[in-house]
Amino acid sequence: MKVKALIPTGLGFNCEYESAKAFEMAGAESTIVDIRDIIDGDVNIFDYDVIMLIGGFSYGDDLGSGKAIANLLRFKKINGERFIDLIKKFVVDEKKVVLGICNGFQVLIKLGILPGFDENYEDQNSSLALNDSGRYEDRWVNLKFNSESNCIATKGIDEMYIPVRHGEGKIIANDDVMEKIMDNNQYIAQYINPETKKIAVKYPINPNGSTNAIAGLSDETGRIFGLMPHPEANLLFENHPHWTRLKRDYEDKGMKIPEHGDGLKIFKNIVEYLEGVKK
Amino acid sequence: MHRIEIGLKENIKDPRGDGIKSRIKDELGILVDSVRTINIFTLNFELPKEQVHFIAKELFRDKVIECYSFDKSLAKSREFDFLIEKGFKPGVTDNIGKTAKKNIEFYLDEKLDDEKKVFYSVQYLIKGNISKEQLKIISKSVIGNELIENFIFFDKDEFMEKGIGYPMPIVKGDSQIKVDTFDLSKYTDEELLKLSRDRCLALDLKELALIRDHFLDVERLEVREKIGLSKMTDVELEVFAQTWSEHCKHKEFDGIVHYSDLETGEEETINSIFKTYIKNSTMEIKKKLGNDDFLIKMFNDNAGIVKYDEDTNFVFKVETHNSPSALDPYGGAITGIVGVNRDPAGTGRSGAVPLFNTNVFCFGDPFYKAKLPPNTLHPMVIFKGVHTGVRDGGNQSGIPTLNGSLYFDNRYMGKPLVYCGTGALMPSQINGEEVSKKIIKPGYLALMSGGRVGKDGIHGVTMSSEERHSGTPVTAVQIGDAITQKVMLDYIFEMGQKNWIKAITDNGGGGLSSSMGEIARISGGVDVDLKKVPLKYHGLQPWEIFISESQERMTFVIDPVDLDKVMELAKKRDVEVSVIGKFTDSGYLNLLYGSQKVAQIEMEFLHEGLPKKEIIAEWKKPKHVEPDFDEPELVLLELKKLLSALNICSKEYIVRPYDHEVKGRTIIKPLSGVKNDGPSDASVMAPKLDSREALVIGHGLCPRYSDIDAYHMSACAFDEMVRNIIATGGKITDLENDEVVMWSINDNFCTPDSIYDEIKNPDGKLKFANIVRANKALYDYTTAYNIPCTSGKDSMKNDYKYIDENGESVRIAVPLTLLYSGACKIKDYRKCVTIDFKKSGDLVYILGETKKELGAGEYFNLHGFIGNDVPKVDADSAIKMYKSVGRAMDDSFIESCHDCSDGGLGIALAESAFSGGLGADIDLSKISKKGIDRNDHLLFSESQSRFVVSIKPENKVKFEEMMEGNVFSEVGKVIDEPMFIVKKLNQEIEKIGLQILKESWQKLLRFDLPLENIR
Repeated sequence: MKVKALIPTGLGFNCEYESAKAFEMAGAESTIVDIRDIIDGDVNIFDYDVIMLIGGFSYGDDLGSGKAIANLLRFKKINGERFIDLIKKFVVDEKKVVLGICNGFQVLIKLGILPGFDENYEDQNSSLALNDSGRYEDRWVNLKFNSESNCIATKGIDEMYIPVRHGEGKIIANDDVMEKIMDNNQYIAQYINPETKKIAVKYPINPNGSTNAIAGLSDETGRIFGLMPHPEANLLFENHPHWTRLKRDYEDKGMKIPEHGDGLKIFKNIVEYLEGVKK
Repeated sequence: MHRIEIGLKENIKDPRGDGIKSRIKDELGILVDSVRTINIFTLNFELPKEQVHFIAKELFRDKVIECYSFDKSLAKSREFDFLIEKGFKPGVTDNIGKTAKKNIEFYLDEKLDDEKKVFYSVQYLIKGNISKEQLKIISKSVIGNELIENFIFFDKDEFMEKGIGYPMPIVKGDSQIKVDTFDLSKYTDEELLKLSRDRCLALDLKELALIRDHFLDVERLEVREKIGLSKMTDVELEVFAQTWSEHCKHKEFDGIVHYSDLETGEEETINSIFKTYIKNSTMEIKKKLGNDDFLIKMFNDNAGIVKYDEDTNFVFKVETHNSPSALDPYGGAITGIVGVNRDPAGTGRSGAVPLFNTNVFCFGDPFYKAKLPPNTLHPMVIFKGVHTGVRDGGNQSGIPTLNGSLYFDNRYMGKPLVYCGTGALMPSQINGEEVSKKIIKPGYLALMSGGRVGKDGIHGVTMSSEERHSGTPVTAVQIGDAITQKVMLDYIFEMGQKNWIKAITDNGGGGLSSSMGEIARISGGVDVDLKKVPLKYHGLQPWEIFISESQERMTFVIDPVDLDKVMELAKKRDVEVSVIGKFTDSGYLNLLYGSQKVAQIEMEFLHEGLPKKEIIAEWKKPKHVEPDFDEPELVLLELKKLLSALNICSKEYIVRPYDHEVKGRTIIKPLSGVKNDGPSDASVMAPKLDSREALVIGHGLCPRYSDIDAYHMSACAFDEMVRNIIATGGKITDLENDEVVMWSINDNFCTPDSIYDEIKNPDGKLKFANIVRANKALYDYTTAYNIPCTSGKDSMKNDYKYIDENGESVRIAVPLTLLYSGACKIKDYRKCVTIDFKKSGDLVYILGETKKELGAGEYFNLHGFIGNDVPKVDADSAIKMYKSVGRAMDDSFIESCHDCSDGGLGIALAESAFSGGLGADIDLSKISKKGIDRNDHLLFSESQSRFVVSIKPENKVKFEEMMEGNVFSEVGKVIDEPMFIVKKLNQEIEKIGLQILKESWQKLLRFDLPLENIR
């Protein structure tokens, strides 16, 4: 049985194509549905192994990024149950996976699902605020993954080059919350300076002014996580902005040109983990 | 009534306020200490206090970073000197207010009725020592736009004393329905013209007289009397004005032109330049393609359709949205981009799904310092507004922006040009039926989906057909909403896949009048009930409903048997859909308002009744002063200066805020090179991730060449588009070797008013001759290259007229501007090439011949000249070269390739060097040239069909063999040292640091750095 990925879209989400492809290229089966079909109970999330909340502009980010959709998921009951309770069951009881990329991550944070201390998934204690630059940017960034993190998706990944594409990606939390995120190793990746490999403080290598240069978080189970940058935007070798240069390097060294981009590793890790759970 | 206020906590940075602060400094030269912002939501209905409290605290506030208040001002506890509250004017689209209302509905778990509204506004709390006068200037030029927004001003004391109350932009309209009628038998010619002027109809006397005669026809009167429509109604008059507008009818491109060439003495009469040059070219190419013909549907739908592969069609459309962008740059531009998305979406049976966007803007100098013409916005304000609008429209729709450019010339100060394009994919077949064909049988239903109708954009079409004047109506502005449209289009495409839609079209210019009028020709008639059209607010008269340009609407056609399913899905997807009419074969466009008949128009007369316009065009080549300046001693210093020219400098900070890789299929991005800041010639996108086939997307534009001869302007713009695409990996059709390559081109003309008038437009004949000549070149070069135009548009009369201080009438007219946008299909994107030098030691070649062709180019412009030697395109040698380059790329012999355009090969060499982070050592005497004896002319001539190429040294022999028969020369090599070194014609060496060149190229339009004061 193949791992089944559920990709909700609609209402302004827009990365369904490449997100579905990412899971397919990692060996899973992807299903794209309208998120309202989940809310209406037409699609049962428990038929799937992983739910990916994708990038986009849900409700135009009109009340702040991800906020309106978080309100929708908070108040609309799904067959009489709260979305948050279903997610808890999905991840904690059934050991399945939920990830949010960009707008999806913003939704998880605004709902309070991340960082989700002590399996409390409903009190928002962190936020993703407007970039210090005050504007949306499409910019490739260098990430360093936290080797101490227990996130199932980032195992064995050290660095990655993928794009950010957002206006609101600056992680903010009160000092005690931030301290706990750091102490618990719930930050999964940080923006770094590609030359010095040090944590990026300044724009543009820290693209949004994020506290501690954090680019993504996971919950304590390691099975719910969110990232502002887009791994699904680097699935092919030719998605890399310098691929014509890298190709030359490979040729000069007599090496084979790789087929895939770095971002795929995250999806492969998820699928591998879930294959293990399914066995 | 309630007011909910949400502000950032005082210890949290407010980048939105900071942005306003720096713009106040940069754009107005006014210093303020700080700006903080507060979001306001005003509810026009009552709720229990606990509920309002909950909504503020839990729904609207982000508790980590924000604080809230309700029915009490947050600002009262904050420090500030001045407060501005900005809210929309009545009737202007308020997306945030709409979303806020939806969120209240989620919480209350009930649908609130239409009369209950939430209004969004923003408070700006300013600290600093400024005058009230300055406050007003800040409001209207940095914070918002008076045309669509209201401002309320306070100083701190006033605010503390009076408070702000509950200001709400409620539309107050008379809900009395009134249909005016006109007894045309009593109208003199003068009165007819007055009627046209008073109602902004843009109809001329000949057209008005035709309408009068039509309605006064005795037999027709008899028929009409029986149905109670003896006199012409206002609805009918407006339908004629819309349908016969230049925008819809293309009267000038379809007119009869009497063209004389005073240079040669030849005269000819051209019956429709559109048919003679554009359509004929495509039809001739279609014939030549034979069995490999990929042209499926041209010139009779919202966009042309070509075959991409066995099961997919490609649809590409570029439009302009100039007049609205002059008035409200943000709203005009966002409407432009989301509007052009609807063209492919409204093509064929059930539409094409947008794949990528393109955009090209032409503005006045953003650093313009002299006094502005009355009622115009500063070019920088237009620039920033348009940029933000197009960014939001594209990004929020989840469509990558792949290609575009900016062009600056002060003749765009009156009307900026805003070109927006969309490429889209359409399945060839659904359930075995061709998706390219619309099917409408009598009895099928017309449905309208998406946004509601307000007074937005009324007379937009007739306005864009006229030059701008100071009394242009405010209602001519619409504001697009990308999310409403995306949700609606998702619904449309979902239905399309189920094969419920039989035909589709969009509601753009002219609103329902244009869309229904056009689509009803398929069945031969339609009955529409205007009362069924959902309205934003009361007070719209039937004629307003029919011609309103309110955005985010599609009209689609279904078989009545599918109605229930269509409506059920609409409810599920939260899209408003209404059945507004039924198709007939009566030959009439029948309009009702409930049971009242308000129009009965014969379709044949409406569409065919307008006689062709007759136009005079006379060509005489203008003579400009020939530049006489000496060759400057340091040619690389000239290069450095030229790199800072507005039309050459880096546009990275304009490109960066566009999402150019959503959908995950972008292979060559608009920015390339080692630091992701090099200017790619074209972009590449793979429509399907499981195939290596891809589209190369590029464009060409060189309006200043029109100052010498628009024939060569058109030829050069076309060649520039082709070579940008070839430089990146595109291929050209080679009929001799049976290699047919799919190309899809849009030609978009923006012309000055070119209709001769002895007093008002004395050089009109020459201007129209330029239009004719640009079209002649379009025909000559598209047929020579076998690259067909598949869609296009003409926007006429891009003039702005005003009376200056001395009482003189002044006209700002755009130069004849022709944008070619193209997409070319390639077999394997892994063969694509970028512009950046890759490795030290690589050999540098210039392909093509450099001639003394600096006329109307960037280098002469830098020295204050136009000159006369405009670049010309030699089609035969260009085609040969493009074929050779294509083969060399297929065999991977080319490491980098960059086209030479504005500023010539000096610019191209420098860009290839600094984009690759590598130096270059070039011997100018080795460059193949003709008639050139100066280093500056050699480096900056804009001769066409040339490339700067670098190759691996080991490929030298094979590469040169491959290029045999073309003009080309090896001119130097790529070096590690970050220097740009040239050996001049006199063998002297001149050098400049690469970083100096790059900085000079980058510094001008960096919006993250403070700008000089521009006023």
